[in-house]
Amino acid sequence: MGMTHIVDRRLNGKNKSAVNRERFLRRYRQHIKKAVADAVQRRSITDIERGESVSIPSRDIHEPTFHHGQGGKREVVHPGNQEFVAGDEIPKPEGGGGDGSGSGQASPDGEGMDEFAFQITQDEFLDFLFDDLELPNLARKKLKDTEAFTYHRSGFTTQGVPAKLDVVRSLRGAHARRLGLGGARRKKIRELEEQLAALKSAPGDLDPAFSHVDQIEALEAEIARLKANVRRIPFIDEIDLRYRQHIRKPKPATSAVMFCLMDVSGSMTQTHKDIGKRFFILLYLFLKKNYKKIDVVFIRHHTSAKEVDEEEFFYSRETGGTIVSSALKLMHKIIESRYSPDEWNIYAAQASDGDNWNDDSPICGKILAERIIPLVQYYAYVEITPQDHQMLWYEYEKIMERFPQSFAMQQIADPGEIYPVFRQLFERKAA
Amino acid sequence: MTDIIDRPNLPDSAPARREPISTGSEWTFELIQQYDDEIAKCAEEFGLETYPNQIEVISAEQMMDAYSSVGMPVGYHHWSFGKQFLNTSKGYQRGQMGLAYEIVINSNPCIAYLMEENTLPMQALVIAHACYGHNSFFKGNYLFRTWTDASAIIDYLVFARNYVAECEERHGVEAVEEILDSCHALMNYGVDRYKRPAPISAAEERRRQKDREEYLQRQLNDLWRTIPRPDETDEDKARRKQRYPSEPQENILYFIEKNAPLLETWQREIIRIVRKLGQYFYPQRQTQAMNEGWASFWHYTLLHRMYEKGLVTDGFMLEFLQSHTAVVYQPPFNSPWYSGINPYTLGFNIFSDLRRMCENPTDEDREWFPDIAGGDWLETVHFAMRNFKDESFIQQFLSPKVMRDMKFFAIENDDQEEFYRVTAIHDDPGYRPLREKLARQYNLSYREPNIQVWNVDVRGDRSLTLRHIPEDRVPLGGEDAEEVLRHVHRLWGFDVHLESVDEGTVVDEYHCPPWDADDY
Repeated sequence: MGMTHIVDRRLNGKNKSAVNRERFLRRYRQHIKKAVADAVQRRSITDIERGESVSIPSRDIHEPTFHHGQGGKREVVHPGNQEFVAGDEIPKPEGGGGDGSGSGQASPDGEGMDEFAFQITQDEFLDFLFDDLELPNLARKKLKDTEAFTYHRSGFTTQGVPAKLDVVRSLRGAHARRLGLGGARRKKIRELEEQLAALKSAPGDLDPAFSHVDQIEALEAEIARLKANVRRIPFIDEIDLRYRQHIRKPKPATSAVMFCLMDVSGSMTQTHKDIGKRFFILLYLFLKKNYKKIDVVFIRHHTSAKEVDEEEFFYSRETGGTIVSSALKLMHKIIESRYSPDEWNIYAAQASDGDNWNDDSPICGKILAERIIPLVQYYAYVEITPQDHQMLWYEYEKIMERFPQSFAMQQIADPGEIYPVFRQLFERKAA
Repeated sequence: MTDIIDRPNLPDSAPARREPISTGSEWTFELIQQYDDEIAKCAEEFGLETYPNQIEVISAEQMMDAYSSVGMPVGYHHWSFGKQFLNTSKGYQRGQMGLAYEIVINSNPCIAYLMEENTLPMQALVIAHACYGHNSFFKGNYLFRTWTDASAIIDYLVFARNYVAECEERHGVEAVEEILDSCHALMNYGVDRYKRPAPISAAEERRRQKDREEYLQRQLNDLWRTIPRPDETDEDKARRKQRYPSEPQENILYFIEKNAPLLETWQREIIRIVRKLGQYFYPQRQTQAMNEGWASFWHYTLLHRMYEKGLVTDGFMLEFLQSHTAVVYQPPFNSPWYSGINPYTLGFNIFSDLRRMCENPTDEDREWFPDIAGGDWLETVHFAMRNFKDESFIQQFLSPKVMRDMKFFAIENDDQEEFYRVTAIHDDPGYRPLREKLARQYNLSYREPNIQVWNVDVRGDRSLTLRHIPEDRVPLGGEDAEEVLRHVHRLWGFDVHLESVDEGTVVDEYHCPPWDADDY
């Protein structure tokens, strides 16, 4: 009595098990990674807005203990006897050893009893996918995020550069000023002119004492003075000038554009392209995790390059030779026209079998080094071939030496190597 | 003690009717307080002695958290608890299973978790069940008194968690996880069944950690000294020829902690922690039917007492009885819902039957239980609660009436016969054997294989041999046995052998590392 203490614990965190859950996921990361990798191959490029169901064979997560096995003599007491009496004998089921603890039973939801199934969240899904990955320069770019601005119009101002002069506004102001400043004098001029006209039209009086000549002269002088005054009002004055005003608003760099470049010449088989596709998907997923808005530009090339949609990119076939520089040139053109590096984080992934016209490879190196690498966050190149390298590879190696932070390349030979390659390409670089 | 106990539930002692505490089904903290006050008064009338209570209201998610740490309010981190959590939350989210209405911790103060989703009558049931039923059992039962120290457990758990975390920091999560995995596999073999263990104490553990380290090293050096000393006496020589240990040891974890040649001190400490937790749970494993039966008996009795006092409404009682009936429901053996004997039902039935025998004894009761029939029911149930565990409780108090009510029968499965045989049913010749068989079913050493440390090859390859003594030819579960043996091997550091010895003959053996066929 009175000894009871009642506590409301509901507001205490509910995630006491979070660490243990994390430990579990860590211990079975191999299983989970495999499930995740399977899912990536299965899913389409934009279909990442969900977690994944993971199954682990029960025996792999089983916690063993010493216990009795089947056999020997066991006696068990049960409740609910209906008709048995002592000494009754019940035949054992055919082929069954006894207690019916058979394995491999199916459960109603279709999961085998031999599987331990659970859901990982979308976040965990992606975390597992990217694990320790981080794009080089990403952290740096993030720190620079506030240096990106957008300009917004915000009315007019009296100061500015000539390029921003608003002519209509300025002239309208000048007109008003001229009206304002000259109005009273013009009215006076009109009055004086009317008097003058009246005087001039009056019959002449020869009596000099009553002559209008003096009056007329005086009026004419006054009118001339006033007219001169009005003329001195400037047509446009400095105070009339109006400039369009823009203010800078800091803009978070939340957009990224990803260029997918692929060789579709005759030497690239569908298998090569599938490997390339998975490579692009992985990059897309990674960007998706880091940026709110992602544009994807697909550029395919043989001897000439063309911007295409995803379907055409991956599935149409061409024949003929290969000029890689055509794709690089097109990419550069698209960046200039649509993706200002001030506003976009630019990533590029290029897949090729390494074939190129030898004369073209040095050109590729030059375009990359001078025009593309300075604009992009990261450029990744995979060469999908089990064979020896050709010219292009050696050109690209030079690029990698010059720009180790923003250029990476790797050779892969079969689909099984994609994920490790991806890891290596985007491996976290020590800051 | 009978003199000081008021006699409630008798017509002449029923107090005047009062207004019910509440009529709605929504609970508030004030109402929980009021109900607890009244339930406490009733519990006092019946002489229930309890630790102070701490009632904690939690959400369903928090209940899942509590579930997955095997009810420990504080625990070290381990993946297996994460697995448990994933399992629980999956089942709960799909509606495949409900959550327990409560979890209660054997600690002082006694911590009981109440789910916020419960209705008011459910909260009252849970308070009566956990805060007065289980609580008084923890405080009164001899096993709990002997094996656990309720006032020290929380401290100890905090100590254990911090120690494990510290080891993780120093030696890496994986190294610690490996040791914990191996210890968990042997957790049920970390208890002395017959010796009274030292009570758990965090302060003592910390203080003695240093001493233990030095002492252990000395002891180990003694054991593993293989070069005979020049001054060796005949006695020493004789000792070195003996088996070590000279008597089989049932506490395998303890033996490893003290004798494994290669373990580092922190690893021994972790073994010790798991051992101590195994010891803490040991009484619970042996008093399932009793503990749940006792708690159910008291929620039933206390809430009826509340009703007699007019403190709760008819509607309250209807909801309460519906829940109670569900809790003590025993599906028959041929029902799709049957999964063994419901410990709540069995325990509740026996305790209720003890009261019945005292209050309304029959001739049969007088013949079977001459000391109980017509006696003092309160004294009788308290005596039973204090001095028994499931096995002996059933052996002592299971009456023919309960066996008839539950329609018990025993069935024998002998792999050398083509039939299952019904060996006893709820009839005159069957009562005694049936009761014996059921009692044995609750005997831990019958439920778990009898495995002990048999010998260490101190002078040779340092291999450790465990011995399994099968009963009724029941073999070990093979795959698991091999896996557990790998864990033993990890702890011991040298070859480990396990032999099943039936009446002097080795009938089965396991080795880690496994023996190749060539070695035979």
